[in-house]
Amino acid sequence: MNIPPAYVLTLSGILFALGVIGVLIRRNAIVIFMSIELMLNSANLAFIAFARALAPAQEALRGHVFVFFVIAVAASEVAVGLALIVAIFRSKESIDVDEVSSLRG
Amino acid sequence: MVLLEVVQGGGLFAYAPLIIALPILGLITNIIFGRRLGERFAGIVASGVVALAFVIAILQFLALQAHPEGVTIPIAEWISVGSLSVSWAIKVDTLSTTMMLMVTGVSTLIHIYAIGYMHEDVRFQGDPGRYTRFFIFFNLFVAAMMVLVSADNYLMMFVGWEGVGLCSYLLIGFWYEKGEDGIGNAVAGKKAFITNRIGDFGFLIAMFLIFGAVGSLGFEEVFDWAHAFGEENVLIISVITLFMLLGVAGKSAQLPLFVWLPDAMAGPTPVSALIHAATMVTAGVYLIVRSNPLFSVTASTSNIVAIVGTATAFFAATIAVGQFDIKKVLAYSTISQLGFMVAAAGLGAYVAAIFHLINHAFFKALLFLASGSVIQGIEAGHHHAEHEGADIEEPFDPQDMRNMGGLRSRMKVTFWVYLIGALALSGFPPLAGFFSKDEILVDARLENPALFFLLLAAAFLTTFYMGRQVFLVFFGKARSEPAAHAKENPPVMWVPLVILGVLSVVSGALNLPKIHTLTDWLGTTIEHVHITEFSFSVAGLAVVFSIVAVVLAWMIYGRKPIEKGEADPLRKILGPIFVGMENKWWVDELYDFLFIRPYVAICWFLADVVDWRILHDWFHDSVLASAYRNGSQWLAQVFDLGIIDGIGNGLGNITKGASQRLRFVETGYVRNYALAILVGGLLTLTYFIFG
Amino acid sequence: MDWQDFLSVLPFIIVAGWATILLLVDLWIPANRKGITAGLAVLGLIAAIAAVISRFGIEREAFDGMIIVDGFSSFLQLLFLGVGVIAIAQAYDYLRRRDIERGEYYILLLYSLSGMLLMASAGDLIVVFLAVELLSIPLYVLAAFAIPKADSEESALKYFLLGAFASGFLVYGIALVFGSTGTTALSGMVAAIESAETTPILLLVGSGMILVGLGFKVAAVPFHMWTPDVYQGAPTSVTSFMAVGAKAGGFAALLRIFISALPGAAVMWMPLTMWIAALTMAWGNIAAISQTNIKRMLAYSSIAHAGYIFMALPAAATPEVAPEAVRAALFYLVTYAITNLGAWGVVLAMEKAEGSGLEIEDYSGLGKKRPALALAMALFMLSLTGIPPTVGFMGKFYLFQVVIDANLIWLALVGVVTSLISAYYYLRVIVVMYMRDGEPEVRSEALLNSTIFITAFGTFFFGILPGFLLKMINQVSLLDLFR
Repeated sequence: MNIPPAYVLTLSGILFALGVIGVLIRRNAIVIFMSIELMLNSANLAFIAFARALAPAQEALRGHVFVFFVIAVAASEVAVGLALIVAIFRSKESIDVDEVSSLRG
Repeated sequence: MVLLEVVQGGGLFAYAPLIIALPILGLITNIIFGRRLGERFAGIVASGVVALAFVIAILQFLALQAHPEGVTIPIAEWISVGSLSVSWAIKVDTLSTTMMLMVTGVSTLIHIYAIGYMHEDVRFQGDPGRYTRFFIFFNLFVAAMMVLVSADNYLMMFVGWEGVGLCSYLLIGFWYEKGEDGIGNAVAGKKAFITNRIGDFGFLIAMFLIFGAVGSLGFEEVFDWAHAFGEENVLIISVITLFMLLGVAGKSAQLPLFVWLPDAMAGPTPVSALIHAATMVTAGVYLIVRSNPLFSVTASTSNIVAIVGTATAFFAATIAVGQFDIKKVLAYSTISQLGFMVAAAGLGAYVAAIFHLINHAFFKALLFLASGSVIQGIEAGHHHAEHEGADIEEPFDPQDMRNMGGLRSRMKVTFWVYLIGALALSGFPPLAGFFSKDEILVDARLENPALFFLLLAAAFLTTFYMGRQVFLVFFGKARSEPAAHAKENPPVMWVPLVILGVLSVVSGALNLPKIHTLTDWLGTTIEHVHITEFSFSVAGLAVVFSIVAVVLAWMIYGRKPIEKGEADPLRKILGPIFVGMENKWWVDELYDFLFIRPYVAICWFLADVVDWRILHDWFHDSVLASAYRNGSQWLAQVFDLGIIDGIGNGLGNITKGASQRLRFVETGYVRNYALAILVGGLLTLTYFIFG
Repeated sequence: MDWQDFLSVLPFIIVAGWATILLLVDLWIPANRKGITAGLAVLGLIAAIAAVISRFGIEREAFDGMIIVDGFSSFLQLLFLGVGVIAIAQAYDYLRRRDIERGEYYILLLYSLSGMLLMASAGDLIVVFLAVELLSIPLYVLAAFAIPKADSEESALKYFLLGAFASGFLVYGIALVFGSTGTTALSGMVAAIESAETTPILLLVGSGMILVGLGFKVAAVPFHMWTPDVYQGAPTSVTSFMAVGAKAGGFAALLRIFISALPGAAVMWMPLTMWIAALTMAWGNIAAISQTNIKRMLAYSSIAHAGYIFMALPAAATPEVAPEAVRAALFYLVTYAITNLGAWGVVLAMEKAEGSGLEIEDYSGLGKKRPALALAMALFMLSLTGIPPTVGFMGKFYLFQVVIDANLIWLALVGVVTSLISAYYYLRVIVVMYMRDGEPEVRSEALLNSTIFITAFGTFFFGILPGFLLKMINQVSLLDLFR
């Protein structure tokens, strides 16, 4: 079975858009963060698709490698982000990002 | 023999930047700690750094023995714009080192003298807090002077040139709230500054022309150009050197810009000695000598330089005869002697000019410091006499020679060093002035007999007014109570005087006939040197003239000393001529009439007639107002709201309004910010895809 | 791969490794003596500085072109390390004062610095991405360092969410560029574009998204909106470091990617970067006018300055001007770093323990109370405006000259006009300091004072004698940039 890269790419684009929309319309910090993860993972999908298209070439490997880095980075962002969100929840009893808006102007 | 190796290796040149850095270090130290740590500290630091700078200058001198060709030490690239590239570099060669040695040496002595002098002065003037400030300015001056003489290009030299001008201004007006009407000293400072600005304008134009012609401001490039293409560019070089001469006339107080120097005596006496006699005013002479490759190309400018110098020498000497202020006499004498140097430089006798410059620095610094000693002695006498309840006419002028007399017995050291200075200045053999003045006279006789006789006359007058001064101040009887109570100053003041006295006696040995040490020394830097042979006829003539002048002075002032309140006997002998001398030939009044009044009148005309009456009363009130009234409502609204308010406040308001509006965009909501990023991203992509 | 490759990333290894070691060492340092950690951190930075200097002038590629060592990277690394030293010196007393002194502060700062060092010598988009994250993630934590202070929490959350959001764009952009050129190596991309083996649409969309991601890092309009909130809320010592370091890091990547890897697409990105530059200058300066909080004002000022530096990008689209444009941008980064560190230092000195004292009005009477500090602040404000004889003037002068050389007269005009506008709010600080009466409470802490003195001296010294710096920058050759 051989899925054309264009299909995968389209899917990844849709996922990315979903992620962006999620960031824009959701107010729960955790969900926003999940949406960002979605954006990162859509990029991963794109990397894999391109790498497969380039398949025999040595350069294809860079795409695979990149995916691992993105996963690692996403994991560390989770560590920092969740800690932050927990800290905010402790002091505000809420993780609604719209309530965190005292700095403005 | 390690020292010898170091000297021959030229490694000592590396210390040259210190000669600028040390005074700066001193002034920074004094700015930070000076006031807190007191007078003693400030004075010692200021003098110490200058003394160290002198040591550095000596090291450069030693290094030059092995490498007479000198070096250029680059410090930093300063300006690099387009084809203009100016570096901050220090030029160490025999000419600049000669100046460094002279400036730092004399400065050290005057700094030490000032420790004692300013101690009294700040108390007499009633503001001891300014003691530190004085030394800060003094150190700044030394630093600027070092920049001037060590420059390797015209721009850096100009920085030093302006720097010393600034210090001169600051120090002339040091007691800015004193003097005539409470602003006299400030006015004197301003006069010096503005007059110098005219000269600086000349220097600047010369610099622009040099850059235009050569494309560089570095000495080496410019002089190489003058060698290679000087012949076909005589015209432009003449123009350049003429503008340079204007700068020289400003800084070295030559005709017609000399008027600021006598007024500059408003500064404390160490300032007069250091800046307005020994060092800064000689910067003009240094500029000509440094630029000798340019000046020697153009005979016409050189002639003009010689004529200006000679005329100044004679003219200022006549004025000096008619002055009563002890420092004013010396000031005009300085102008006259600077005239000698400029004349020598114009005649192509560059070595003689520098030779006279050095000798003059010694004996004129000596004379000024000694006069300061006299003034302070009289002031001390003033206090003393007041204390004893003596009757003193107020206001009492401690600088007026008519109030002095008979100081010989009360101020012995001062008298002897003053006498030495006067004899050296008058050119009695074998004192310093004899040899250098003789060299100038010999050159003048060879080049231009007319100038020779004028210079000889100036020399004659020099001896006469110095004789007059010595007789008036030191001989006869005291003509006022303070003079009767005057007393000698502390050693910190008279020891530098003695050293300068010794130097004034021996510095003629720098360039003795037949040996020509200085000529050989400077010959490695200055291209056009010639050995001036000693001429017995010229020297003899000069000495005879001097002796006649002394005898004359003795007959008028010495044989029968003038009494208190008696008029100057010369007034009877010379009649109207003396009145002219006394009033400085009305040059200040002439300038006032020729330049200042027309200028003020034009200003008044513009302000009162053009601006106020025409623009305001007539144009604005009649023409505009009626047009305005008669114009339609629409025009009025546009004019008033649209243009006047609009230009005045509109732009500012628009910006402020925009700023307020932008604040609302910053809502504080994260998701809005994310939306902005997305919109920005989408715009970017749209542009990339469809643009 | 050989040992020389490791030497090429030695400064990075030193800083990152030292941070990890310190993380352990810090456990044994008593809580009230965290100054030791700060001192050790500075030692590490000095070692890294020595490592950078020792290989100055060397040009090579390491790890298959992943790492580029050239004048550009060495110069920026020196800048970053210098900024790091000053940032640590500024933080020490401040953390004690605000009672948030913890050893991790310095360690996180070192990690962030290591990201910047990596950024300067990145030769591959993978490294760029890693460096961006390595630079940013510790900064998220640092911004939250004053938790449970609400401002600090809010600042960190905003910075984190938006930063991650921008990272999403960056990664996706890199993916598309990879898809288009078939490589992530910068040198490979040049070759691919030249040989036209690319899918143009993917390349364009991809580079656009990279621009979004990095534009966020340098706070260019319209990706700048987080800046004022984050700068205001974060502890001031963090803000100081963030405003200077993170921005310079972002520009390092922007210059490297757009000028050296994508010159083939310059026709496309030139007008876009031009507009971004113009908008950023205008927005930053105009919005700063109505600010009353000094941290917010400086935040907008930093946006405006990002706009000025951004001008180097459109200018570099003209190949003949490109080398000069990069140098002008580097020079401007240095002037910006020196001046801004100093200005933030003064803000640090004025801030009170509980976090007030940050209104511009609070500076009333500073000229009388602490003349030296006020003079330094006046110098920084003049430098930010770009008035001689400060280094800010030289920076603007050089940059505008380059922009004019590239025939972008109107852009230079926008720069000049917005500089004029900026004078309004910078000079207001000076007016308040000297012409209003007040009794400001000011700290006098030796370390902080010395950083202010050093930066003030630099601001003035390089303003008069920029030659030292220019000489160094003129030796910056960009191995990958101008082959």
